[in-house]
Amino acid sequence: MNNVRIITANTAAAIAAALCRVQVIAAYPITPQTPVTEELAEMVEKGELKAEYLTVESEHSAMASVIAASQVGARVFTATSANGLLYMHEMLHWAAGSRVPVVMACVNRGVGAPWTILNDQQDSISQRDTGWIQLYCRNSQEVLDTLVQAFRIAERSLLPVMVCYDGFVLSHASTPVEIPSQEEVDRLLPPYSTAMGISEGDFMNLNPLILSEPRQDSEGHLKPGYMDLRYRLQEDLLAAMETIQATDREFESIVGRGWGGLIWEYRMDDAEHALVSMGSLASESTLAADEMRKQGLRTGVVGVRAYRPFPSEALARALSGVATATVFEKDVSYGYSGALATDLKATLFDKGLRPRFHSYVAGLGGRDVRPEQLVQAAMEIITGTPGRGWIDVHG
Amino acid sequence: MATKAVRELPREEFIMPGTRSCAACGLMLTYRHALKALNHKKTIVAVPASCMTVLHGVYPITPVKVICINNPFAATGASASGLVAGLRAVGKEDYTVVAFAGDGGTYDIGIQALSGAFERGTNFIYVCYDNEGYMNTGTQRSSASPTGAITSTTPILAKLQQKKDMIGIVEAHGIPYVATASPAFPLDLYDKFRAAKDITGSRYIEVHAPCPPGWGFPNKDLIKMGKLAVETGIHVLFEIRDGNFKLTSRSLALAEKGRKKTVADYVKGQTRFKKISGEQIRALQEWTDRRWEEFLVRHEKRR
Ligand SMILES: Cc1ncc(C[n+]2csc(CCOP(=O)(O)OP(=O)(O)O)c2C)c(N)n1
Repeated sequence: MNNVRIITANTAAAIAAALCRVQVIAAYPITPQTPVTEELAEMVEKGELKAEYLTVESEHSAMASVIAASQVGARVFTATSANGLLYMHEMLHWAAGSRVPVVMACVNRGVGAPWTILNDQQDSISQRDTGWIQLYCRNSQEVLDTLVQAFRIAERSLLPVMVCYDGFVLSHASTPVEIPSQEEVDRLLPPYSTAMGISEGDFMNLNPLILSEPRQDSEGHLKPGYMDLRYRLQEDLLAAMETIQATDREFESIVGRGWGGLIWEYRMDDAEHALVSMGSLASESTLAADEMRKQGLRTGVVGVRAYRPFPSEALARALSGVATATVFEKDVSYGYSGALATDLKATLFDKGLRPRFHSYVAGLGGRDVRPEQLVQAAMEIITGTPGRGWIDVHG
Repeated sequence: MATKAVRELPREEFIMPGTRSCAACGLMLTYRHALKALNHKKTIVAVPASCMTVLHGVYPITPVKVICINNPFAATGASASGLVAGLRAVGKEDYTVVAFAGDGGTYDIGIQALSGAFERGTNFIYVCYDNEGYMNTGTQRSSASPTGAITSTTPILAKLQQKKDMIGIVEAHGIPYVATASPAFPLDLYDKFRAAKDITGSRYIEVHAPCPPGWGFPNKDLIKMGKLAVETGIHVLFEIRDGNFKLTSRSLALAEKGRKKTVADYVKGQTRFKKISGEQIRALQEWTDRRWEEFLVRHEKRR
């Protein structure tokens, strides 16, 4: 433990971007992401970070400009939250469809209306079908390390990566974080070189109009149609699961810390009951598991780190022996249930697993979630009396 | 030095046969001469959703010899900013970034990103080719459509409002170069792209691009319509360098001697104006005359 600093997750994110030697940053302030924007601006103005910093006039423009910068060969970074992320929606699809390795920090915040600045994960969950890799972090150390990994993953798979962490809970809370050395990061992340950079006289037409069927180019080679490109995106996202794991292993071999790759487990070895969640809520679930163990219930936690691509195999393996699975999440797919629960249920069905299952929505808009509430919810499943699935809700 | 004759223009063509634009497309002619003025090997064109997307062809074949990066409709100014920043970051500053957007992509949905890019002083050329409507999606009204024009979203009453003063908005950003052009005056257009290429900072060129199917005139009248727009003063050719205004080409000739043709002469050849009332023609004439007078005053005050 050489270089330990007591910092927020936002500072950790800014430091990570700098360690990754980003070349173009474009960002627009929104609470609770703002400090990331400000700290990077300061690094650039002080000359500590040699990068182009674009003070854009909106999030739509922030994403548009980093995509374009990436298309001409620069390593790029941006960060946002909530309505800012939603304002990017068109551009998120554009990034994935362009196959650019854009990396973004998403500081999770509830989405208006009505306004809230506090945390839940509705913002990033609402973007889950845009073709981005989504990684969720449980603490500030993981934020820093995951962002470093994200550049590697993005550049290897030519896919954009969103690193999500909970607003205020992590973004504004100071904890000790070990900063990897520049040499270590450089070893994981060689200088960015992309096949997509421009070269003189190569008159490409990027992202033009395309038909659905494959079509011959002027030399007679068959080129994909729209649907084929969409298939490629899907296949490459699924294949990115391997890249995410490999990158985490490499990071561990260089820096000495790993984060589990796609998922992480806590006391799952002999668990009969599983609590499943993402981000800081998963971290908090470990307290609930400890409490349940004290009561004689063999309980563990499965934390989902990669939400897209969805780690079906890993989750099925982790949950293959449990009698109950209780999902806690800070988002809803309105009109159905929590998004993570929906996906997990589908995965379990595919694998022929039928634990008693229920999903709980918790902590929306920063509402406090206490471990005893998680215990109580899990007990409802264990005793076969599931409640309404929303923890601590009135009205 | 002003280009005096068409034979002085570069012979090389950068737009090959096989574009998907309509016959007699004002944009197409504009682009053809613009690319001659730019260094096609060191130019990157940012293109939003528009007829320009169509012109550039369908994957995997493009008839245009230039690097083209398509971007979403609202994003042109921002995409161009990203290109400029990215090129700087990778040490390719010798490329010229040129955005080519329609009036809808400029006056309407793209104005925020455009304003942002200009305010930051982004080093690029922004071209608005103004065909006075959303032509790619089928002739809907834009804020650049003229009063009295029937469009597919002003089908009965025709457009009631005046054209937005985009040049005024652009000028208010204090950028070093603002110009207007017309494909009907290709030498002037060529010279302005040449001039813009050599200036550093944000540059704006607005080209009035007649559209036969959208405006309702025969293909053969493309140049005639473009000329009429200038000769009536509906579209005025000028250049503003560091705030210094100067009429050019036919507009300059009109100012020095001769008389503007009337708005009535212009509207009568276009079916989009078939419902224009006498009152609307008078309003359009007034709008045209007022602007023309203002431009004359600025031209005379030039340093
Ligand atoms: C966000 C968004 N809204 C709407 C469209 C549909 N659309 C594509 S091109 C276009 C009109 C373009 O008009 P203009 O910018 O004037 O260019 P022109 O078609 O005349 O060349 C519209 C409305 C789109 N592509 N994106």
